[in-house]
Amino acid sequence: MHLASYLGLLRDSEASLAKGFQLVGAHHGDEPDVERLCEVLGDQAAAHVRALDPVVQRYGEHEDSEPARLQAAEFSGTREGGVGLLRDLQDLYSLASFVDITWTVVNQAAQALRDRELLEVISSCQQETGRQLSWLQTRIKQAAPQALIAAD
Amino acid sequence: MHDATGRIGDIWGPRTPHGRDTIWPVRVDQELADGVSEDEVERWVQSACVLCSNGCACDIAVKDGRMVGVRGRAVDRINHGRLGPKGLYGSWQWSGKDRLTTPLIREDGQLVETDWDTAMSRIVTESKRRQPLAHGFYTSGQLFLEEYYTLAVIGKAGLGTPHMDGNTRLCTATAAAALKETFGSDGQPGSYNDIEACDAIFLFGHNMAATQTVLWSRVLDRIEGADPPVVVAVDPRSTPVAETAERTGGVHLEPLPGTNQALMNGLLHELIEHGWVDREYVDAHTLGYDELAATVAAYGPERVAEICGLPAADIRRTAEIFGTSGRVLSTVLQGFYQSHQATAASCQVNNLHLLRGLIGKPGCGILQMNGQPTAENTRECGADGDLPGFRNWANPAHIDELARLWNVDSLVIPHWAPPTHAMQLWRYVEQGSIDFLWISATNPAVSLPELSRIRDLLSRDELFLVVQDGFLTETAQYADVVLPAAMWGEKQGTFTNASRTVHLSDQAVEPPGEARSDLDIFLDYARRMDFRDRDGRPLIGWSTPEEAFEAWKECSRGRPCDYSGLSYERLRGGSGIPWPCTEKAPEGVDRLYSDSEFPTDPEQCEDYGHDLLTGGSTSPDKYKASSPGGRAFLKAAEYSEPGEWISADYPLLGTSGRSPYHFHTRTKTGRSRRLNEAAPEVWVEVAEADAARLGVADGDLVRVESARGAVKGKARIGSGREGVVFVPFHYGYWDRAGQAPDGQPTAANEFTLTEWDPVSKQPLFKVSAVRVSKEE
Repeated sequence: MHLASYLGLLRDSEASLAKGFQLVGAHHGDEPDVERLCEVLGDQAAAHVRALDPVVQRYGEHEDSEPARLQAAEFSGTREGGVGLLRDLQDLYSLASFVDITWTVVNQAAQALRDRELLEVISSCQQETGRQLSWLQTRIKQAAPQALIAAD
Repeated sequence: MHDATGRIGDIWGPRTPHGRDTIWPVRVDQELADGVSEDEVERWVQSACVLCSNGCACDIAVKDGRMVGVRGRAVDRINHGRLGPKGLYGSWQWSGKDRLTTPLIREDGQLVETDWDTAMSRIVTESKRRQPLAHGFYTSGQLFLEEYYTLAVIGKAGLGTPHMDGNTRLCTATAAAALKETFGSDGQPGSYNDIEACDAIFLFGHNMAATQTVLWSRVLDRIEGADPPVVVAVDPRSTPVAETAERTGGVHLEPLPGTNQALMNGLLHELIEHGWVDREYVDAHTLGYDELAATVAAYGPERVAEICGLPAADIRRTAEIFGTSGRVLSTVLQGFYQSHQATAASCQVNNLHLLRGLIGKPGCGILQMNGQPTAENTRECGADGDLPGFRNWANPAHIDELARLWNVDSLVIPHWAPPTHAMQLWRYVEQGSIDFLWISATNPAVSLPELSRIRDLLSRDELFLVVQDGFLTETAQYADVVLPAAMWGEKQGTFTNASRTVHLSDQAVEPPGEARSDLDIFLDYARRMDFRDRDGRPLIGWSTPEEAFEAWKECSRGRPCDYSGLSYERLRGGSGIPWPCTEKAPEGVDRLYSDSEFPTDPEQCEDYGHDLLTGGSTSPDKYKASSPGGRAFLKAAEYSEPGEWISADYPLLGTSGRSPYHFHTRTKTGRSRRLNEAAPEVWVEVAEADAARLGVADGDLVRVESARGAVKGKARIGSGREGVVFVPFHYGYWDRAGQAPDGQPTAANEFTLTEWDPVSKQPLFKVSAVRVSKEE
């Protein structure tokens, strides 16, 4: 059964996302809404990691035979200026999208396993991931025209 | 006729008590200039007061071509003849003083007098050099409807820039946001007549006694009469409202600044726990009950008491009053709007009413209040980060309606994202991507948060700054071009108060010197820019206020804010009329939602809503899938901790607010001798326990300092809760140092922070970590 590997992947991806939110928030302090919400949403992602811990333990820390191919992406570092902010938010969007579809994958397995405890974790966490994506998309849509057309 | 002399000492005037469900008696207040008797007045010209959001109808006395007095209009539904201290002593008294009478232009670093053609040519040259997204417009809550609508058409269909907002972002944005989230569209549900009919009044972060003095006298007249209502005050300060709450057997709750959402969840928790919920109403007319109930389940009184620093018994008692009173009226203002989780907490007020089905019936109003006299029109007309007629930027059909109305390509109208909110607009100025900024009738150099930053932005060499005002304000002193504007009584137009009531304000006198109305200035810019529609005709086809009003009527037709049944003629002579006013409802509508049919239909609504925690937009598909079908949304949110909080270095919470004697940055009220003498200088309210610890006595000069800046003022002891410091925000520098503090900082916004609510984008003026020290 490969669920354990996927749970590990999910947890690592949430940890990457949490780190990414923290880095972007801290770096773009001149955008107070970005700073504040990245802090809040980073805390959410970190809480997802903690929520997954007992599940990962239950299914066993599983060393996958294909570790390289099931590794979580990492946030690649922050950038400067209006376009830099846009790209940073876009990177977070990619990470959060990966997290989201991974929750979906795990959710399918949890249903097949009739694992009520895991299903409850998924339900609350994936909903928050959806909110993260929605905020990122809203902020990206707002920032894009000015960054791409009007800024130097 | 009541002699108004002495309204400085007695802010609310003599009582005219009356019982529940009886009409508020008339009391006509009048004030004439020294030496002018009533029989010397040549004309009385109809208007309404523009010194708070109440919109008291009045007549302006004219003699020898000058404004010499003011009298409340007895026939009007808003004030029944009354005027407050600002209306009586500050409505016209500024008119002869320090006015801008010619345009000014910057040459060799100095502002020098020039003529209109030179000033406007310079503006148009700079404008034509730039692309639409380099333009920003920052307007007001002080202009007339006709001016906002004209400005909105210029910005949205002429230039095509999304960067237009008003200082209404600082005062009323959360009212609009909370109404949109819950009911699908902006639009004040309640009526001031609900004061006459209610059994309990809840004031959430609303020091009505200072901010709308005439409205408060309306409440006091109920309290002194038969069957008085119980009053509940939510305010960390001890105000006259709070004292009244205690006197009427109600509750004064003093939550720690920034914890409103926890308190509101606690009240909702109690309503559900005790079954004070009209399930039949909730099932028929709302969506989201289960999620709301699940969210507030964790907010029992003990936990809330700990978060908010309140006795749990007071929370229980407050919920009981709300849950068991027959008719409840709620009002909400800056204590919620300018605080942490502003939109979320304001939505919970709507939720309280929806859970009990207390809406659209006499005495069961929600009044999400405004701060400024014409803020409502900024919202309606789309001069503030909304689209005209409460249209939905994310609904292509609404954009097409505007494109047809204006006869322009719908692609010209920026609608790829919500119009840019003020705080983001200023950020673009800071980054330089907006380098053409036109400010009308507002004074951001005193009113925006974190003033040292704002002064830096206004000083940027690259920025071309136009300021249009009646006075050389702090902000105007930074301008490249200053345009002298006609003010109240010197021009014609309409405006709408916080309870949707539209008033006509006729021109009483000529403007001073070469000053022009804001409408004429905007029209001149449009002509010179040669904005045209799709058929090559001038984009803006009107040239008088009344023609602009007629154009606006067409824009509003069929929308929630329908003005189509109104006209200047109908607004003359009698009372103001509340919209929607149509052929079917020619006298307007007193309170909205009497049928509990809410404008949430996807084709009707102004907004698809947001996540209250993040401000993330709900997608159109997701919204449509919720099938609201005229039901209201019970939006829920967890309490989250404020971003800024006390620390060892800054152990107190600083908040700001109003004096009853001043409006905004005192450009008018500071030029009234009586108002100025009543509140001549800034003060700092320190709680008794904090003062004792700091060794501060009443009258000592103290310094209030945050990580961003400091204010100095004399201490007043004892009127706030421990740990909270209050500073009035009126005191800038125009009458002292000029445009900046020069060693004597008095503007509260020296210490406030650049942070805003994720949904309404209203700045957080009420939660700044500060320290207080005695000045030697």
